[in-house]
Amino acid sequence: MHNEHSDSHFQLRIDKGEHIEAKDYMPEGYREHLIRQISQHAHSEVIGMQPEGNWITRAPSLRSKQILLAKIQDEGGHGLYLYCAAETLGISRTEMIEHLHTRKAKYSNIFNYPSLNWADIGAIGWLVDGAAIVNQVSLQRTSYGPYSRAMVRICKEESFHQRQGYEIMAKMMGGTKDQKAMAQDAMNRWWWPALMMFDPHDSESPHTSDAVKWRIKRETNDELRQKFIDKTIPQAELIGLTVPDKDIVLDKKTGHYKIGPINWEEFYRVIKGHGPCNKQRLDHHIFYHHTGAWVREAAEAYKAKKAKREIAAV
Amino acid sequence: MKALDTQLDLWEVFIQSKSGQPYIHSGSIHASDVKMAMQNARDTYTRRGEGTSIWVVASKNINASNPDDNDMLFDPSNDKIYRHPTFYVMPEGAKNI
Repeated sequence: MHNEHSDSHFQLRIDKGEHIEAKDYMPEGYREHLIRQISQHAHSEVIGMQPEGNWITRAPSLRSKQILLAKIQDEGGHGLYLYCAAETLGISRTEMIEHLHTRKAKYSNIFNYPSLNWADIGAIGWLVDGAAIVNQVSLQRTSYGPYSRAMVRICKEESFHQRQGYEIMAKMMGGTKDQKAMAQDAMNRWWWPALMMFDPHDSESPHTSDAVKWRIKRETNDELRQKFIDKTIPQAELIGLTVPDKDIVLDKKTGHYKIGPINWEEFYRVIKGHGPCNKQRLDHHIFYHHTGAWVREAAEAYKAKKAKREIAAV
Repeated sequence: MKALDTQLDLWEVFIQSKSGQPYIHSGSIHASDVKMAMQNARDTYTRRGEGTSIWVVASKNINASNPDDNDMLFDPSNDKIYRHPTFYVMPEGAKNI
């Protein structure tokens, strides 16, 4: 008889394409990898609300303000879906937030860059959400059931995010000389950080091989990055934006674009805490987490009071 | 040591997409009581007309089967083929059955 609590039986299930559920046997490394990846993903959704929230009060029209509010509300919701998926692995929400605040857990590096003007809201939706979607579409087929289900839900909602960003960019590229310059400037600042969202090259990435073996990741960092590059460059060209990379060539044989070298020094510098907004993003989260503590305490007190009353009534 | 959990209770959310359909698990939310659970479930899981009705259940009240019992619980009963309609021989010419 096979031992259902062995790593080899687990791998057999993975190889057959089965999904793993919360109570199923899983190797400790699988659980740890998932907690790290899903909580980082959740933190990214929540921290990602900050650069966009920065522009709600200054959105150029009521229409764009409503759209931005809806988008940010979605990001908060996506964070919640993901926290819940991570919780099924036995980590509490409190622990996850503590890990964020003590920098034990990371969030996507991209949110350590500032949103300087309205064109950045276009670039974030189009490039940042666009890159996130490529990753998330692939993760819909991830082997952990609760994570996969959260991804399916998120993907359904994300495509509006990318389209609203591209609409902003297209509108600005059809505008005045100054507006065109603003859109191009945003493109120049967000293009490379967006490519870095897929993380280091496969050859340099410490977690990729286990993640692929366990089918947590279904495609590697470089495969996903290439998908994003191939679909984004024609979108940029269509609206007259120049991709800030002199080395780009289209390989006619493969149909793939080749890009110039990515500045990984910058990536590591920012990830180690030296990006333009690392401190601001984390300070903001910590401040509002503590400032809002009374709401949670009041809710608990109300619950306790009601429970007392119910006992008294019996 | 596990940090003190200050994030309220966990609830499971089930949504019926339209009347007549089964309630399907959508995910979970945190809330201190049923009223807050209902509100949070609505805000988190039905922003785009995903449902017409919501159930919220405190997660501690959900009892799940143990995966170790799967062989016993979900045996396909292939030896009991008489449970399937195709097991039975109908007379030639029988209609609507």
